[in-house]
Amino acid sequence: MFESLGGRLEDALSKIRGKARLSEADVELALREIRNALLEADVNLLVVRAITDRIREAAVGAMASRSLTPGQQVVKAVNDELINVLGGETFRITYESKPPTVILMAGLQGSGKTTTSAKLARYFKAQGRSPMLVGADLQRPAAVEQLKTLASQIQVPMFSEWTSPIEVAKAGVAEARRIGRDVVIIDTAGRLTVDAELMDEIAAISREVRPKYTFLVIDAMMGQDSVNTAKAFNDVLELDAIVLSKLDGDARGGAALSVKEVVGKPIAFASDGEKLDNFGPFHPDRMASRILGM
Amino acid sequence: RAKRALGEEFWVELEEALILSDLGLDLSVDLVESVRNKVYKEGVTATDAALEMLREEMIERLDHSNRDLNLGDAPPSVVLFVGVNGVGKTTSIGKLAALLSSEGKKVVVAAGDTFRAAAAEQLEMWAQRSDVQVVKGASGADPASVVFDAISHGAAVGADFVLADTAGRLQNRQNLMDELKKIRRVAEKASGTVTEVLLVLDATTGQNGLLQAQGFAEAASVTGVILTKLDGTAKGGVAFAIEDKLHIPIKFVGLGEGILDLVPFDPKAFVYEITGEVSQ
Ligand SMILES: Nc1nc2c(ncn2[C@@H]2O[C@H](COP(=O)(O)OP(=O)(O)OP(=O)(O)O)[C@@H](O)[C@H]2O)c(=O)[nH]1
Ligand SMILES: Nc1nc2c(ncn2[C@@H]2O[C@H](COP(=O)(O)OP(=O)(O)OP(=O)(O)O)[C@@H](O)[C@H]2O)c(=O)[nH]1
Ligand SMILES: [K+]
Ligand SMILES: [Mg+2]
Ligand SMILES: [Mg+2]
Repeated sequence: MFESLGGRLEDALSKIRGKARLSEADVELALREIRNALLEADVNLLVVRAITDRIREAAVGAMASRSLTPGQQVVKAVNDELINVLGGETFRITYESKPPTVILMAGLQGSGKTTTSAKLARYFKAQGRSPMLVGADLQRPAAVEQLKTLASQIQVPMFSEWTSPIEVAKAGVAEARRIGRDVVIIDTAGRLTVDAELMDEIAAISREVRPKYTFLVIDAMMGQDSVNTAKAFNDVLELDAIVLSKLDGDARGGAALSVKEVVGKPIAFASDGEKLDNFGPFHPDRMASRILGM
Repeated sequence: RAKRALGEEFWVELEEALILSDLGLDLSVDLVESVRNKVYKEGVTATDAALEMLREEMIERLDHSNRDLNLGDAPPSVVLFVGVNGVGKTTSIGKLAALLSSEGKKVVVAAGDTFRAAAAEQLEMWAQRSDVQVVKGASGADPASVVFDAISHGAAVGADFVLADTAGRLQNRQNLMDELKKIRRVAEKASGTVTEVLLVLDATTGQNGLLQAQGFAEAASVTGVILTKLDGTAKGGVAFAIEDKLHIPIKFVGLGEGILDLVPFDPKAFVYEITGEVSQ
């Protein structure tokens, strides 16, 4: 359905390949193709604009160098720019000297928070830590049940109670301290950024438990709204990192680029399946190629 | 307020509004081009008139479909809910069960997601809210047999509808799509009529929505779309593209997590939301 950017740029540039030097108009033609490819990959329009502006600078140089494959050269410039945006500082977890290290999960409905919470717990356990899961989603039917089931699959303790999300989070951290667990992962209900009450609620949870890390879970299939979502969560929570979910699909995943560009926080982990071991560190280079369809 | 002149800037803004609503690049360009031609032919010079023409064109493109739930000759009418992970299948069943019950219909729901942790418990809680019966199997049970049993039960108790949940699956997972084919095939054999296969689509979905629709249509002959989470800032434009390109009608939209938050699709409201941010 989507032709690769490499192929499209070659097509666009083949008409002008014979020229000794490529003109500004030629560069604009190539940039048009890049814009279109990024939009088809669901990179947010405003982000596309910022990125193509930066690629323009790089591309002018690349295209002036009488290459036989100017298309490939421009693709390389694009690829480098994307890796640059997606990468940057790599994310490294450090642990509180006075445990537990508290991690707060946030995101839209259905993005993958509960599953990711369990995946993280499994990950920490494999690192030799003793994690605990806290079910602070008292809203979605059977959310606590879901987390409890996942927790038992990985043999990690899980805490919840029918009070309020803030109380559960608070009591969960206290319980972890009491039984000597050193990482606490708090699963929260999905919420829309326009829902002021629920955005206030998660901000209140955050103030109460003072998480060392706050992770926003973003669905790789997300479209243009990724930018609104990431900005709004970052405004109320000061995110530390993004976790991408559902990368096992065939979405191009432009949302990753958009979110990274607007909040500037690292993409720490990626999920590529429903199973709890379908999870690991994020690879910027693979994501760049994927967005470009290469 | 002073009216803007119909310059290049207006058309760019229009195209951008469509792209930002997830209609996709091709369709956005195509729609603007089409309206631009009309505007030129008819000598329209005001931006508000041009915007109105765009809305008319969009509504017209959405206007050909039958959006009612199909009913079968041999009851119960069976509705399968399909889609990728986390879009709102189970929740939409809960809401539709309530809607149909309030119209006096007898509804049975089938817990055909035997895979995800606590999927059956979630559906059960929804079923309780509207006081409808739920048929479920053990965790890990064959989903096709659970759906078959639910339809048979529905037929035995004189149900009008059986709403069947299925596990979320990505359309590029062939084995899971084969499983869905089987669920549909087995459901056909039970003593009701499979009248609808509803693709549940999250409004925040980007262009992958088209691949979802293609994949699920191929595996299970999708008859309609439920567009969920329209209560957020996402506009769900890819559903427009799906209806325009694949001729699969949007039948319901989800506007929240409450039991009453499922309403019949209204093309006009949808188009006005998508074009709402264009200044005139
Ligand atoms: N294919 C795939 N499915 C995933 C992945 N991560 C999560 N899921 C599935 O996505 C669906 C939603 O995941 P949840 O973890 O329940 O999402 P959530 O954000 O907690 O949802 P709410 O609590 O309702 O807001 C489930 O069916 C998960 O199994 C992934 O990486 N790949
Ligand atoms: N705001 C909003 N949330 C919704 C809507 N529909 C569903 N949700 C929420 O989205 C999340 C996922 O819904 P589910 O019904 O579990 O989705 P699903 O497709 O059954 O998920 P899987 O079975 O895991 O694939 C839940 O938190 C729901 O409450 C809607 O229209 N608006
Ligand atoms: K909306
Ligand atoms: Mg959850
Ligand atoms: Mg479900």
